[in-house]
Amino acid sequence: MFDIVLNMREELRETRKAMRLHGLKLGAAIAGALTVGAGAAFANEPVAMALGPQPAASAVAENVTWFHNYVMVIITVITIFVTFLLGWVILKFNAKANPVPAKFSHNTAIEVIWTVAPVLILFAIAIFSFPLLFEQDVEPTKQKLENGEYAEIAPEDWVTIKTYGRQWYWSYFIDTENADGEVEVVEFDARMIAEDDIPSTPGARRNLSTDNPLVLPQGKYIRMNLAASDVIHSWAMPAFRLKTDAVPGRLNQLWFKAEKLGVYYGQCSELCGRDHAFMPIEMRIVPQDQYDQWLSLAANDIDEATTYINQVAPRPAAPVRVASAQ
Amino acid sequence: MTTEPTIKREAVADHHDGDHTGAPSVWSPARWLFSTNHKDIGIMYLVFAMFAGVIGFGLSGMIRIELMEPGVQYFTGLEGSWGDQHNYNVVTTMHGLTMIFFMVMPALIGGFGNFFVPIMIGAPDMAMPRMNNISFWLMPFSFGLALLSMFVPGVNETAKGFGGGWVLYPPLSTSGHPGSSMDLLILSLHIAGISSILGAINFIVTILNMRAPGMTIHKMPLFAWALLITAFLLVLALPVLAAALTMLLTDRNFGSQFFDPAGGGDPIMFQHLFWFFGHPEVYIMILPGFGIISHIVSTFSKKPVFGYLAMAYAMAAIGFIGFIVWAHHMYTVGMGVELKAYFVAATMVIAVPTGVKIFSWIATMWGGSITFTVPMLWAIGFIFLFTVGGVTGVMLANAGVDHMLHDTYYVVAHFHYVLSLGAVFTLFAGWYYWFEKMFGIKYNAPLAALHFWLMFIGTNMIFFPQHFLGLNGMPRRYVDYPDAFEFWNRISTYGYMITAVAMIVFFSGLILSMIVRKKAEANPWGEYATTLEWTLSSPPPFHQFNELPVVKNAGGH
Repeated sequence: MFDIVLNMREELRETRKAMRLHGLKLGAAIAGALTVGAGAAFANEPVAMALGPQPAASAVAENVTWFHNYVMVIITVITIFVTFLLGWVILKFNAKANPVPAKFSHNTAIEVIWTVAPVLILFAIAIFSFPLLFEQDVEPTKQKLENGEYAEIAPEDWVTIKTYGRQWYWSYFIDTENADGEVEVVEFDARMIAEDDIPSTPGARRNLSTDNPLVLPQGKYIRMNLAASDVIHSWAMPAFRLKTDAVPGRLNQLWFKAEKLGVYYGQCSELCGRDHAFMPIEMRIVPQDQYDQWLSLAANDIDEATTYINQVAPRPAAPVRVASAQ
Repeated sequence: MTTEPTIKREAVADHHDGDHTGAPSVWSPARWLFSTNHKDIGIMYLVFAMFAGVIGFGLSGMIRIELMEPGVQYFTGLEGSWGDQHNYNVVTTMHGLTMIFFMVMPALIGGFGNFFVPIMIGAPDMAMPRMNNISFWLMPFSFGLALLSMFVPGVNETAKGFGGGWVLYPPLSTSGHPGSSMDLLILSLHIAGISSILGAINFIVTILNMRAPGMTIHKMPLFAWALLITAFLLVLALPVLAAALTMLLTDRNFGSQFFDPAGGGDPIMFQHLFWFFGHPEVYIMILPGFGIISHIVSTFSKKPVFGYLAMAYAMAAIGFIGFIVWAHHMYTVGMGVELKAYFVAATMVIAVPTGVKIFSWIATMWGGSITFTVPMLWAIGFIFLFTVGGVTGVMLANAGVDHMLHDTYYVVAHFHYVLSLGAVFTLFAGWYYWFEKMFGIKYNAPLAALHFWLMFIGTNMIFFPQHFLGLNGMPRRYVDYPDAFEFWNRISTYGYMITAVAMIVFFSGLILSMIVRKKAEANPWGEYATTLEWTLSSPPPFHQFNELPVVKNAGGH
């Protein structure tokens, strides 16, 4: 069944391209304008006065953006239509303009239309919605190469990370092989950088940056298994359109491809008590060699690994705060 | 009733069918404590809801004031502050519970439902008047327990109150809050549930058995239809909440492990049970409002409601489908993709009957001769704003994009549009439509209109920017947020301030009308107010329809 869905998705992608080129330029342009923060550069974090989603960090995330814009066009048209009807009714059928009310209370034709048309609109949404859902939830087995051909994704292309949500920080576990070929578990905690320490930490964002970031190799597929040790938490990464709950006693799974280098932020997304707002996620995608070095350092001492990654892949400078001074 | 039925629809403010003798003094405590009068009980529900609404509105004020600027200003945990971040979570939790269980439901179902359903179907009272009174008086006890829960240990001695959201998810609500606060809250909700279940039974029995001669189900006013369907939803959904609450109680106090994985339990099972109730609950909150809007739009367009049968059965369809979509609140828990896909499809289906209703209200106005009275302003505002809230619901129904939007301010914006700008607008619409009928005095029209416009501007200013916040990634239930989210949070708080002025105008108008006491008419709205309450005096006699009205003509709903 998934093959059918994946093929459908491919065909739909072609259709979408055609639609984009031929029919929906205007709608896409409007929707596109809404998705970029007002006057902001590309960023993997929230942006002041933003109107839409954070820029997409992967192909799947791009598809989510596209789908959101597509549905936005539809629901905006519907809302404008209903507003127009209300305006028309107010102008044309107020007591002054129309002193004698009509008496009708039925019209079979219109009733059929306003039942069937919504069904068709919902269908038009659903044909893109289901492939998008399956794409996000089902781990891919094939990837499309630059020459347009498909290749199997090898097990070596996957990095598996176990993530534990705790009150009130995240713990990450990565399997690695040490020099003797034995499996070692690299384990570290990621805690929010305290507000007082933000000014002295270059590039750190208040409520977003963590002391130890989660580092990932560019180009690899990431499989993340999620659990929690006390209450329900939720691991979210808006730039990748990811969010999966970390539930005690349950192992959940998500996947994504680490495509673009950069620093990415997310925040816990399930109310978990006092410091729910203060257990963020910081992720850095770095070249494979930097990841390998970071991982081997982390096997011994996470502080050394963090110092190393802050040297070779530091956070970009913090944006100037647009809002008024405190 | 053995007296001969007489034709009553032409009689206006006729006291033959009423009975003022035996009406106890307004100042008699027994009249209110031991009431068996649906109108008195309806008034008590409305007063209770107003009181709870003020508290709920104050709680949301604390939220918006804290969120105006990044950083924690008021929930710092320091001496003299409002508490710490745990207390902020308590405030958000209690805001939701108060508004849902102690404001919207009591006002629409307990208030307007009790007052008007018996009259509209030509009955002298509800089927079980004494049980009706029990339903009401359980509510102040329930609310008292809930309020008390804020001031007893929640997490520990210093962290008082339950701060786990109105959804009460374990393990946060079990091992996460060992103090007695959560137990008080569970008991509070058990009692509120009993109140609503008993009330729902009363409505079903009344509507199915006590319609006046000639009033078949298909001639019943749409508000009565709405209450009938709402009552069925209550009777079927609330016991599931009660079960879930009881399981929380036993997990917390009697060693069960329903939701504890260490004992083979599953926190996700709670979510299934809760949302099996929770989703019908949101339709319970809006369906009575749908009924009110149908009455108001018809009256002030001087036209019968377009497509009466479709309107009635659309509400039934919404109610029925509302039972099979619950897991769209759970798209991120780790559900299998095929199951998610089912819930996406089922959720989108609800848009069809809802669209039928929106278009039918517009078609009722089409060709009409509309007067823009205050109730009509609220009704038109509702149609527009509920559409906005409804379409963001269509966006959220799609799991593929909900992964991005779940637990963000986009969801907060969506449900406040359909609740604060949907259900609450129907509440105020009904309030002004039926004000002079219930109280025997006219409302102050200029202040009422000002109330509408300030509320319209204010609530839109609060909640529209929250769509932007959610899209850009701001999570909900957060006492503090990354600096980038400041701008829209600030705008949202300004909107709250305007809404607060609107509420002051509302209460001022109410007090002014009570001082001026301009005498009400039996039917201020003209010949197109066709339901039975407009044939009675304002206020109606203490007992109406000692002789049942006979409904002859079918039209004019």
